[in-house]
Amino acid sequence: MGNDNTEYLVEVSHLKQYFPIRNGFKTIPLKAVDDVSFKIKAGETLGLVGESGCGKTTVGRSILRLYKPTSGSVKFRGEEVTEKNIHNLRKEMQMVFQDPYSSLNPRMTVEDIIGEPLDVHKLYKTREERHEKIIELMKTVGLNAEHATRYAHEFSGGQRQRIGIARALAVDPSFIVCDEPVSALDVSIQAQVVNMFEDLKKERGLSYLFIAHDLLVVHHISDRIAVMYLGHMMELADSDELMDNPVHPYTQSLLSAIPIPDPETARKSKRIILEGDVPSPLRMPSGCPFRTRCKYATEQCAKEMPELKDRGNGHFVACWNK
Amino acid sequence: MANEFKKAPFSAQIDLSKFSSADFVKATDDEKRQQEVMGESTTFFKDGMRRLRKNPLAMLSIGILIAIVLIMMLAPLFVPYGYDDIVKGASNLSPMQYSSSELSKIAAGEKVFPHLFGTDSLGRDYFIRVVYGTRVSLGVGIVASVLVLIIGMLYGSISGYMGGKVDLVMMRIVDIIYSLPDMLLIILLSVVLKETLQPVIAGTVLAKLGVNMISLFIVFGLLYWVGMARLIRGQILTIKQNEYVLAAQCIGTSTPRIIRRHILPNCLSVIIITTALQIPSAIFTESYLSFVGLGVSAPMPSLGSLANEARKGLQSYPSKLFFPALTIVLIVLALNLLGDGLRDAFDPKLSR
Repeated sequence: MGNDNTEYLVEVSHLKQYFPIRNGFKTIPLKAVDDVSFKIKAGETLGLVGESGCGKTTVGRSILRLYKPTSGSVKFRGEEVTEKNIHNLRKEMQMVFQDPYSSLNPRMTVEDIIGEPLDVHKLYKTREERHEKIIELMKTVGLNAEHATRYAHEFSGGQRQRIGIARALAVDPSFIVCDEPVSALDVSIQAQVVNMFEDLKKERGLSYLFIAHDLLVVHHISDRIAVMYLGHMMELADSDELMDNPVHPYTQSLLSAIPIPDPETARKSKRIILEGDVPSPLRMPSGCPFRTRCKYATEQCAKEMPELKDRGNGHFVACWNK
Repeated sequence: MANEFKKAPFSAQIDLSKFSSADFVKATDDEKRQQEVMGESTTFFKDGMRRLRKNPLAMLSIGILIAIVLIMMLAPLFVPYGYDDIVKGASNLSPMQYSSSELSKIAAGEKVFPHLFGTDSLGRDYFIRVVYGTRVSLGVGIVASVLVLIIGMLYGSISGYMGGKVDLVMMRIVDIIYSLPDMLLIILLSVVLKETLQPVIAGTVLAKLGVNMISLFIVFGLLYWVGMARLIRGQILTIKQNEYVLAAQCIGTSTPRIIRRHILPNCLSVIIITTALQIPSAIFTESYLSFVGLGVSAPMPSLGSLANEARKGLQSYPSKLFFPALTIVLIVLALNLLGDGLRDAFDPKLSR
């Protein structure tokens, strides 16, 4: 995609992640992610949106090889991510998790939680150095140094998420997968955490894959946004371009669902309401997965999945009709 | 302003018109920090112990157990009789009774240590026999439980964490072992091992316990861990779903370290309670094996074999059954109550 010479930090090509589901005696594949490709430049934030169960989280986890991909490849700095080099690459790629309540071990102190990546990758020489690094990380994410000896359950949701971020930052990575990092937080805390992500990006030159289902948050933080539906990527464009000029019918309906804070405007605007339910990923429709709910669907849609094609200035859309 | 809205008579709302802006001072950083109320930080262990200390039943159980252990360890230092010393002419005495020869010694001004629990049919001091019996029973209970704990924990955590085919095969092995009749195995093993083990253990401490006890340990090691393994596997299956395990994998933590640092500490409460409850069950097993004559070899007593011997003269000397039975009851009850208390104290999800 794109012919510019910018060095890509992460390249995902034709990533497929199927999970075997046992149904009686048969084992059928659940196609969580089906042929997804995208690239992330250094210093860029790619937002990944889509409804629940569309495979956003799976993409993020497959990049970090928490799941072994069924097929396809993930390259980091041009180097193929494999079982062998993943341990070292974990110093470059990290993850912030969705639920700050279950992503921190309740039996460990904050110091041990943040210190674990340092222990695993042996990033210190003396105990003092370890302690100093941990305190520094805590200050970076806005936590008090006195809190180092406390347990995760003694903190609020926002503070816990900060601990999770500090843990991800401990190895000084250049790429962080943020798996819905703010969706479990209050709106006011969301703003704080999102702003912190932005500050950290500026300070440390980080790149993010920012997974979320809140379109406004994603728009705020992302340079580009990708839209997923049932394991497929439907549209990928610059953040403003996608918001102002959505092409794919699914993106259009998704954007029309954003709540408008002004009742006057809200009454005037027309919501595109999709008919029917999301098909089960176990019984995926043939061709384009969205065709069962798409008002523009034609015969061709049932036959073949449209390719993700550039419609000019980096706006990629996978649709036959639009 | 004041006239526009009528204030409800019982309203707690502050009437701002009575204040001027000079009355309000911005909070300093120091004062703001005071708002961040955080309790005294405690460790998991400290927190658990604090809760345990509030549980009177558990504390009583600890007291009883400590008392029993102290008596068990110190009594042989004070009591001048050994567990196999026969006092001539002093058979079948009731508690605190002296034999005629001892009475004459006392009359002559000598000091004779009383038979606190009386003597048995051979004239051996019953108190010291109960003390040694407790030693054997508790020792068997603790060793067997630790054995079960170690094997069960290793097996269960590997099976649960690996999952998939490994788990399937490992759990079928557990099912097979579960279906073996344990009594039969103990009897068979003690018969088979008698020949092979007798020369090996001769002259060691184990020889005093006898081949039966060794085969009991072996059977415990071979058979009884399956319950523990199943339990820990079940715990781990739920704990490994937590995101912090995924986070640890994401960091690059090795599997043994994840099991050790993230998974086992989180099923610690279950491990503690099961081990505490495993000890009485091992004591019971030892007791009924001794009772049917498969336990320790004479003259070494155990609580079960003492009870078995007492059965013969139950009508005439009921106290002989009473003392070992009471000791078993005290130990088992105290351990069970302590196990319950530990669970309440160390499983915050249950107690809060």
